[in-house]
Amino acid sequence: MSRFLEEPLLFEKDRPGRVGVCLCTKDVPTADAEALLGPLARKELPARLPELSEVDVIRHFTRLSLMNYAVDYGLYPLGSCTMKYNPKINEDVARLEGLANLHPLQDDRDAQGALEILWTLERALCAVSGMDACSLQPAAGAQGEFTGVQLIRAYHEDRADRREVVLIPDSAHGTNPASSHMSGYRVEEIRSGPDGCVDVQALRARMGSDVAGIMLTVPNTLGIFERNIREVCEVVHAQGGQVYVDGANLNALMGITRPGDWGADVMHINLHKTFSTPHGGGGPGAGPVACKAHLEPFLPRPVLVKEDGGFRWDHDRPKSIGKVHAFYGNFLVLVRALAYIETMGGEGLKAASQMAVLNANYLRARLKDHLALGFDGPTLHEVVFCDKGLPNGVTTLDLAKRLIDYGFHPPTVYFPLIVHGAIMVEPTETEPREELDRFVEAVKAILAEAASDPEKVKGAPHEAFRRRLDEVSAARNPVLTYTPR
Amino acid sequence: MRYLPQSPEEIRAMLDVLGLSRAEDLFASVPEEVRLKAPLDLPAAVPECDLVERFIGRSSRNRSLTCRPSFLGAGAYAHFVPSVVNHVLLRSEFYTAYTPYQPELAQGTLQAIFEFQTMMADLCGMEVCNASLYDGASAAAEAALLAARVKKGRKVLVARSLHPAYREVVRTYLGRLDLDVEELPFGSDGRLDLAALKERVASGAAAVLVGQPNFFGVVEDVGAVAGALPEGAERPLLAAVVTEALSLALLEPPGRQGADVVCGEARSFGLPLGYGGPNLGFLAARKAHVRQMPGRLVGETKDHLGRRGFVLTLTTREQHIRREKATSNICTNQGLCMLAAVVYLALMGRKNLRELALRNLSKAEYLKARLKGKGITPLFSSPTFNEFAVTLKGTPEQASEALRKAQMVGGLDLSSPYPEFPRGYLLCATEQTPREAMDRAAEILGGLP
Repeated sequence: MSRFLEEPLLFEKDRPGRVGVCLCTKDVPTADAEALLGPLARKELPARLPELSEVDVIRHFTRLSLMNYAVDYGLYPLGSCTMKYNPKINEDVARLEGLANLHPLQDDRDAQGALEILWTLERALCAVSGMDACSLQPAAGAQGEFTGVQLIRAYHEDRADRREVVLIPDSAHGTNPASSHMSGYRVEEIRSGPDGCVDVQALRARMGSDVAGIMLTVPNTLGIFERNIREVCEVVHAQGGQVYVDGANLNALMGITRPGDWGADVMHINLHKTFSTPHGGGGPGAGPVACKAHLEPFLPRPVLVKEDGGFRWDHDRPKSIGKVHAFYGNFLVLVRALAYIETMGGEGLKAASQMAVLNANYLRARLKDHLALGFDGPTLHEVVFCDKGLPNGVTTLDLAKRLIDYGFHPPTVYFPLIVHGAIMVEPTETEPREELDRFVEAVKAILAEAASDPEKVKGAPHEAFRRRLDEVSAARNPVLTYTPR
Repeated sequence: MRYLPQSPEEIRAMLDVLGLSRAEDLFASVPEEVRLKAPLDLPAAVPECDLVERFIGRSSRNRSLTCRPSFLGAGAYAHFVPSVVNHVLLRSEFYTAYTPYQPELAQGTLQAIFEFQTMMADLCGMEVCNASLYDGASAAAEAALLAARVKKGRKVLVARSLHPAYREVVRTYLGRLDLDVEELPFGSDGRLDLAALKERVASGAAAVLVGQPNFFGVVEDVGAVAGALPEGAERPLLAAVVTEALSLALLEPPGRQGADVVCGEARSFGLPLGYGGPNLGFLAARKAHVRQMPGRLVGETKDHLGRRGFVLTLTTREQHIRREKATSNICTNQGLCMLAAVVYLALMGRKNLRELALRNLSKAEYLKARLKGKGITPLFSSPTFNEFAVTLKGTPEQASEALRKAQMVGGLDLSSPYPEFPRGYLLCATEQTPREAMDRAAEILGGLP
């Protein structure tokens, strides 16, 4: 028997008359909605809300869950995504009543425990990043980028310094140019040198008084540390620009080196990558922004302050860029991140980065005679291979899909764009050695199949709940909601 | 360290494979001059039992809404969450998975998103809904940006009766894109001032954003707002911004009253208050605008054997493909919050969701009547849902202090966002607000000087 059951849509399981909840006891008279609301009252029941029993609902979602792959099942080596283990105790503390059932607009006196958590987390993130101040408001990495670039913009405008351009390396994540664009900047790409790092000569030649700043991911998406980072910061600063560091890959650096010490002015940190909060099938994440003191006046409102009597929110921030979130960010995600940091301690975080780099380099060493490297230089927490030498027209995508049949989630593929047919592998520190060895053996086996039985690889996956899905027709004729047949 | 599996022997063996003697040597590519010389300035590791104690201590230093009746809403509404929701969220297969880029390994997440899109579009009276945005505030900002792209206009009109934090986020998002944000006044009935709207729209606008219900809890006549807009190419997109999604079960859907976008906050569907996050932003629109929508969309398709399946689709709108030309920079969204909402809505069903909404209305009407009996009158006469504004006899500060002393959580002081209402107070009642607490609160507020 297959472990997968075909599971209809909720709407196809709808059985009018079934009940999935028991509403609380009524203790007030029922209002006359039609009389109160008149023509503004809803005329029809929402037809697409099904009627199901509690058992129906649990079965439905349990069956759906079995169609997913997850970190708790096995290696999830998505490069630049840092799919590390999500500790269970963090889920428990985030569900404590005093945290989960706290209203965001309650009096500060009634939220001192929550404010202590936020304050402690801000201090910890400053310690890890080498920055002076921090805002926990951004709800994810891209919103953190947007916030950080807004800080840069507000800083220049405050000095009546009009600048128009943000420089972004060609290896950057797509969110970097998108975030800069949303802040009203024109984006200029700067080419990577043959070593995969920023070409400092080219940067020096381009840098001018029209450049607001540079956005750099360090280590970059090739896993390479920008060896000239100090010089890059100096070149940008010499012309009045600001240095933004995308902290997507901070998992390589904790306790090893700090952006604040390189000369970076502002960065965001993905708590759902480096600090172990769950990815949740696409969020919620958290993207706090940490910055140097000269950018602190511009941080989103309100800002947390500690006084003799305790903590309070300071809304009186005349230079603030404004709010980016209705309240204070994804609080219960922030709780999980602090639980992780306190569990690990400073030494534990450093050990995590060391083990992340060890695991990635171990995979690299064991695979590099079988898969061609995208770039030769030394790498840290991830390694990027290319499709050079794949036999019989087998592509990166085919290799990725065949890994599914061997029980793995595929790596990130076709990114970064500067590597042909990129295969970007980030195992993280939480993988045991035997899981890495099993992955190496799977890749080797697939490469052997590609030589002897390429059609098998091209037709993969064979063992998943679904074979390859037709993404082209999905986009050509979008069906985005259910309609009964 | 229990999250790091390798034993010291295994670490040595792996370093041997690399020809290295120490873990420090893995970082040879990090220049000496930028290496951190001192240990991180962080406390030592805490064992699990002590960590639990520490967080219980922090949790208990908050005075949460557990066992404490509350009248606070203002964008975050206290609703009961059935146990089933949390049990589904705790399935590792959902919460430890990534964004469903590999559809063959993520059909569970993808089907749930498709179900969410369907249910939300129906509730909003719209044709399509995205897979989530961060929160209601950023959803309002994204709606304005969507309209600016579609209409190629530079002006966005925002009702002053829209949630103040939402208005501020809209300004943050639009302020540096040389888009003008102008505020529209409300009339003496608490609703959008349609005469002012007509006048402002005449000079051209890309979007009109109006809260439904608005920040005062007042139910807007979205049809009348739509009717006040010019026809043809001059017509801006009308976005109804919903801060309390439960209202959609009882109010005529904005999509059926002429709104072009319905967006907002759906945390009321199965998520805890969580001191304001994580939330569930959403944006629903018409098919005509789907290629300009922000955020992820899931579409139905088939696999190679012709079986139904689901994939992320229309991805050429998104940053990982289109980079700076993307419709939004959003990447990670609020996936697990979306899942909570699907589970919640599946449990509630069409009848019970409406019944719950009706009970919220009933509670708020009861409180309104009790307060009236004590001489505390609503600020506006228009109909409301589960929240309404009143003019207090004392100051809002006195009211909140008095309720706090009685172990209750008071409403919101309206005098700071709206200085013209020095005694304005916003009160909310949901199915979680007991009658007895409403009686007591009415006594206390009625007794203020």
